[in-house]
Amino acid sequence: MSGKSLTSRYRRITGEVVSIPPHFPAPRAWAILFGISMLLVVLLIVSAAMVFIRGTGIWGNNIPVAWGFPIANYIWWIAIGHAGTLISAMLLLMQENWRNSLNRFAEAMTLFAVTCGGLYPIIHLGRPWYFYWMVPYPSTMGVWPQFRSPLTWDFFAVLTYLIVSLCFWYIGIIPDLASARDRTRKRRWQVFFGLLALGWRGSGRHWLRWRQAYWITAAIAVPLVISVHSEISMLFAAGPVPGWQSTVFPPYFVLGAAFSGFAVVTMLAVMVRSLLGLKDLVTERHLEMLGRMVLATGLMTAFGYVAEVFTSAYAGGYELDTLIDRFTGPYAWSFWGAVFFNFVPLQLLWWRKVRVAPVPAFLIGLGIAVGMWMERYMLLVSTLYRDWLESSAGLFHATFWDWSLYIGFIGFFLAAFLLFVRFLPVISQFEIKEALEEKAHGED
Amino acid sequence: MAKTEPAFLVAGFAEPEAMLDAATALREEGWPVELHTPFPVKGMEKALAFRERTVPHAFLIGGIAGALAGFLIQAYANWAYPLDVGGRPLIAMPAFMLIIFELMVLFSVLTGLVTMFVRNRLPRLHHPLFDAERFHLASDDRFFVSLRLDGCDEGEARAAVERMSPASIEKVGGEMPA
Repeated sequence: MSGKSLTSRYRRITGEVVSIPPHFPAPRAWAILFGISMLLVVLLIVSAAMVFIRGTGIWGNNIPVAWGFPIANYIWWIAIGHAGTLISAMLLLMQENWRNSLNRFAEAMTLFAVTCGGLYPIIHLGRPWYFYWMVPYPSTMGVWPQFRSPLTWDFFAVLTYLIVSLCFWYIGIIPDLASARDRTRKRRWQVFFGLLALGWRGSGRHWLRWRQAYWITAAIAVPLVISVHSEISMLFAAGPVPGWQSTVFPPYFVLGAAFSGFAVVTMLAVMVRSLLGLKDLVTERHLEMLGRMVLATGLMTAFGYVAEVFTSAYAGGYELDTLIDRFTGPYAWSFWGAVFFNFVPLQLLWWRKVRVAPVPAFLIGLGIAVGMWMERYMLLVSTLYRDWLESSAGLFHATFWDWSLYIGFIGFFLAAFLLFVRFLPVISQFEIKEALEEKAHGED
Repeated sequence: MAKTEPAFLVAGFAEPEAMLDAATALREEGWPVELHTPFPVKGMEKALAFRERTVPHAFLIGGIAGALAGFLIQAYANWAYPLDVGGRPLIAMPAFMLIIFELMVLFSVLTGLVTMFVRNRLPRLHHPLFDAERFHLASDDRFFVSLRLDGCDEGEARAAVERMSPASIEKVGGEMPA
């Protein structure tokens, strides 16, 4: 092992990552993207204000389709978030070192996606200012939440997930914030990073306790992801409605979540790589591995579709009716759209050339994000719009405000992600160094 | 309040192995040593004779407390405000399990992380070690051993550190910061 060259590589890696915020490589592109995102954030604020003033009637929601966009989008956002935790925690425990170039921004994606997702049900409440009634506190009304309802489980699951993701992300970023503090020469950056780094000084005992905490949190985060998305599937599966009540739902939802999340991580990886010029840290190998993950989780999700169709056909009766209605009814576009966007372009990922090519990988990821959105829409609307009584059936049509709120949330997500990219170390440089050191050590 | 800050001898090494060897040797001679590295180096536990399990235990205790809290609040709420839904049991364990699990995770992670910070005595934005001239490299590519000069003879300590042939050696702290 040649120690000299390893040390110089450490220095280069540190510089490449932590000097991004003080010397941002693409200020113009960033400013344009951020400007567009902020316009969409304005749209979000206007749309949310409209709901608060005029009520949920401005949406396409009706009875029977009381859930509509807010719940479909809520699931879509939370699902995207799950891939960040899986990449970070699961691959850490499996000691897959290629995760080190991706985990930081994947976790940031989780935070912002879960924030968007978590706000949706609150806005959907109709009287959102009473959202704290979900919290079990000894109120003067003497009323407690209904703990046997999946809606109450939802509150605990999403809140826990948000807090744990934030903690995991933050303790992971502290050593890099310390590196950034030590590297920068400008006073305001020193103060900014110095406060955030909490005085981290790379002390040996600190590292050892830090590692214990980091690994245990990772080990807990993986079952947490599975519990959160299984719980979300219970919102459906616990309802006695044809097309929902199925034991396939928890694993089917968890895999679909991982699938859509990995697709979005691929899109962000392509974006981060080209915007920040990090081509030697986020390499072809990372796109290659992400492509494989997308392909694998996509095929598992496809199996979920098959299992769901089989279960409905096997059950017969109302289940079969709902299934046939999904194939041919007024919302058939969402079923076939989901099948097409999720599984047809996906097949291109069997070729390595496609996996490592940024533009096709980005477009396939975008297709999957669209496809998985259609899947949630299909699951929700095609089941709800035909109630048990013919008289209470009613079609759902999204309105302008449905779309504007959704697009506004996408803008919020992008704006938050761009701020993260602009001001914090986007790649876990100390873990890359650790992996290099261990690799060199292994070759001795 | 202490009149002076503790003093430290800081020795820099270019290679993690040299740092680990030096720390092991100094520790075995009885000096209070600490490492400062840009990333967790394999073999740190051994060099520091670190056998602490407080943090994992905190995770465990937090998890147990969280699970208990999750069960108790649900049981109490169902007892204080009974909702009889078709004669189903009020204390319905299958329905309670998810919230029990979530609170177990939440309490476990928060207890574990708070314990980690408390044991590490962080946040602490200033530390005498930051005054060492090349200490900013401890988060970059340099590996340091620090020796706390608490009631030990500085000359002897310096001689002991010099025997490890570090790339640099420096004394920091020991007086009131201006």
